[in-house]
Amino acid sequence: MSKIGHRLEPKTRPPEIRKKDFEEVELTVSPEEAMKEASRDIKFCAAPCSVRGCPVSVNVPGFLKKVSEGDFKEAYKILIQNTPVPSITGRVCQQEIQCEGQCVLRRVGEPIAIGAVERFVGDWALDNNIEIPVTAEKKHKKVAVVGSGPSGIVAAADLARMGYDVTMYEAFHIPGGVLAYGIPEFRLPKRILRKEFERLQNMGVDIELGVVVGTTYTIPELLKDYNAVFLGVGAGRPMFLNIPGENLAGIYTANEFLTRVNLMKAYMFPEYDTPIHVGKKVAVIGAGNTAMDAARSALRLGADVYVIYRRGRNEVSARAVEFKHAEEEGVKFIFWAAPAEFQSNDGVNVSNIKLMKMKPGEPDRSGRPRPVPTGETFDFDTDMVITAIGFYPNPLIPQMTPDLKVDDHGRVVVDIEGRTSIPHVYAGGDIVTGESTVIEAMGWGRRVARTIDKDLQKI
Amino acid sequence: MIEERQIIYKKELATNIYEILVQAPKVARAAHAGQFVLIMVEEKGERIPMTLVDWNPEVGWIKMVYQEVGTSTIKLSMKNVGDEIYYVAGPLGHPSRVSKFGNVLMVGGGVGIPALYPIARELKRLGNRVITVIGAKTSNALIYEKEMSEVSDEVRITTDDGSKGLKGFTVDAVKLLLNQGEKFDAVWAVGPALMMKAVAEVTNGKIPVSYSSLNSLMVCGVGMCGACRVTVGHKTVLTCVDGPEFDSYQVNWKELAIRLQAYKKEEMISLEMLKGAGKV
Ligand SMILES: Cc1cc2nc3c(=O)[nH]c(=O)nc-3n(C[C@H](O)[C@H](O)[C@H](O)COP(=O)(O)OP(=O)(O)OC[C@H]3O[C@@H](n4cnc5c(N)ncnc54)[C@H](O)[C@@H]3O)c2cc1C
Ligand SMILES: Cc1cc2nc3c(=O)[nH]c(=O)nc-3n(C[C@H](O)[C@H](O)[C@H](O)COP(=O)(O)OP(=O)(O)OC[C@H]3O[C@@H](n4cnc5c(N)ncnc54)[C@H](O)[C@@H]3O)c2cc1C
Ligand code: SF4
Ligand code: SF4
Ligand code: FES
Repeated sequence: MSKIGHRLEPKTRPPEIRKKDFEEVELTVSPEEAMKEASRDIKFCAAPCSVRGCPVSVNVPGFLKKVSEGDFKEAYKILIQNTPVPSITGRVCQQEIQCEGQCVLRRVGEPIAIGAVERFVGDWALDNNIEIPVTAEKKHKKVAVVGSGPSGIVAAADLARMGYDVTMYEAFHIPGGVLAYGIPEFRLPKRILRKEFERLQNMGVDIELGVVVGTTYTIPELLKDYNAVFLGVGAGRPMFLNIPGENLAGIYTANEFLTRVNLMKAYMFPEYDTPIHVGKKVAVIGAGNTAMDAARSALRLGADVYVIYRRGRNEVSARAVEFKHAEEEGVKFIFWAAPAEFQSNDGVNVSNIKLMKMKPGEPDRSGRPRPVPTGETFDFDTDMVITAIGFYPNPLIPQMTPDLKVDDHGRVVVDIEGRTSIPHVYAGGDIVTGESTVIEAMGWGRRVARTIDKDLQKI
Repeated sequence: MIEERQIIYKKELATNIYEILVQAPKVARAAHAGQFVLIMVEEKGERIPMTLVDWNPEVGWIKMVYQEVGTSTIKLSMKNVGDEIYYVAGPLGHPSRVSKFGNVLMVGGGVGIPALYPIARELKRLGNRVITVIGAKTSNALIYEKEMSEVSDEVRITTDDGSKGLKGFTVDAVKLLLNQGEKFDAVWAVGPALMMKAVAEVTNGKIPVSYSSLNSLMVCGVGMCGACRVTVGHKTVLTCVDGPEFDSYQVNWKELAIRLQAYKKEEMISLEMLKGAGKV
């Protein structure tokens, strides 16, 4: 243990302070800390972190070596071959089950803090305005990128870099997809996103906001103007519990709550016009990233927050560090309980949840014990509920585009290179995989950009 | 040169009710009767839905008629011809399912009347006999009488105080028509939730096809937030992407009314702020 040293734990702002504001929780490590951590990386390692861990095969030992030498620019160049936005992936990747989960040091000690170092390099490059020059010659071919989430960002950047004329269409008034409306400021500061979009614009990408593809322009209409269309429209339709009382006032989906808070800046109401209603005692249903983000946002708006989860502590699916931060900040957890019914005293607002006690059953396909109802219920009084139980693929474009093949789950069907059932139309990210991760979606953006390039060379 | 999102015309139709034209060529070229747009008056504003009352694909404008009820609509009124609004997205929602039915009844109240106008015009164009009932509190508040007459075979008017037409609500005129033995193949109702509910109750069993355009609170308008959810036929649906028109006989009206009250307190605070700032 002594030889390989202790893992770098990034500093965080104290829970008592940070839970009262929306400023970032975790701080970017210093150059010295990053260099020290990177030099823990062992030479001659077979790097399972890159091969089996990272979904986009970041050359981890390569970039760590450069960091250990203090050559951050070279480290950045290595990183962006696979993760185009290390400031973002370093912050939001689920490292403990991805790269760091495979680090060999985990077996003999503590894994390298790959995420923290990656984030450091990304922030360093942003702060020092390291630009990636567009060197390719203009191809004089046009590509439309629909959706400005992680998959769209990467597809647009890569295609622009290859010399294509790229127009990005986004329904909302602010680009970024989940990065903008879902993940809160305290986890991913919006200035990073803004810089990323400035960079896209500097590369010549045209960003058109307020365009709803499917209605404003149909896919056949886009195909008249563009040589190719990429669909990166995400998995944004919230799932419902479908239990009695779910549509009472005071019950929100996490998407509504988070959109009001992040995109519409309701935490600055009434300076911003969009109101937010925050209860005194808030119940958040679910324990994924979305649930943690909702719980911690509600906490910051002054509520007493309980996360209610139908499985146990070990099955929480959020990033480990978010779960830890939530507990530190005072979010309370009720495990092995699932809502059976929402009730109201006044017939308008939710006032009570009938919770079913659950117990662990046989392992399901994910290998986790299946939650089984015990038949025993108990009451939980509350004045606000946020449901965070998952999303369906966004159905708007499939609904308006009968030729576009989707599977039983509403996911757009593509071949391994991202081609849909309609010629010159491609798709990637959550709309193809169902709810997944930022880096998976980015990986799709990159893969499909290559496919588009390959296909357009032929014509 | 007219800029995108510029207000190119504005007129007060009645107290606190305005008609505006906004340059929005992308919306105008794709619009259909029954659809709506989401607008933001300014960068820090709310996203609010507005029905498309009319549009011109050649020139590129869209027409909306709105009533000042709270912060966002008051802020809209502070904008003048030549000013820009921050954001316009659409068209949103499914177009009205118009076809040749035969006899069609149109029922509109308040700013629901202009919203009904493009649907009636389309039904008329398709060769239906269109009978229209429109109502307001008092004759001064009645809007779009002339426009509706142009696209209807007959227009009946109600006012709560009896200052024009039948004294009573639109639903009273509907009852009267049905009692007189008028037969209809379809009915559209657009107006306050209570009005649409009342119309649904009296036409149920008498008119086979019935649509209402629901006015749920919205945030995103594109099906990702769930704010606009309502129960229709025991299923949770989203007004913005599954509607805004639904079978009136299947709508859970009580729930819609409950959900419309969700932000009462906050809306008051916002309005007080605006007043406090001396802007109103
Ligand atoms: C609250 C929350 C927290 C999360 N936390 C994490 C995390 O910590 N780590 C992680 O790896 N993953 C996390 N995820 C998952 C991750 O954010 C998603 O997997 C990822 O954003 C998917 O990217 P995407 O490009 O496919 O789509 P999205 O990010 O969903 O972007 C799609 C975009 O397309 C736009 N759009 C949709 N339809 C249309 C249309 N018809 N016309 C025009 N535009 C349209 C949408 O407005 C949106 O901006 C989280 C998800 C949520 C909701
Ligand atoms: C699909 C759709 C189409 C619409 N078309 C039009 C239109 O063409 N013209 C028009 O004037 N309005 C229309 N509305 C309603 C309009 O969006 C609201 O009046 C507006 O959002 C109010 O914003 P505000 O900030 O001014 O008022 P707020 O401060 O938000 O509200 C003030 C008062 O109005 C009530 N209210 C708010 N929103 C609604 C609503 N959606 N329905 C009923 N009462 C509400 C509130 O309960 C409150 O009492 C439409 C709504 C929908 C869903
Ligand atoms: S992109 Fe994500 S998974 Fe890959 S190395 Fe970086 S932090 Fe790890
Ligand atoms: S597995 Fe661990 S030690 Fe090996 S290269 Fe990856 S980060 Fe370094
Ligand atoms: S307004 Fe967001 S889902 Fe309809």
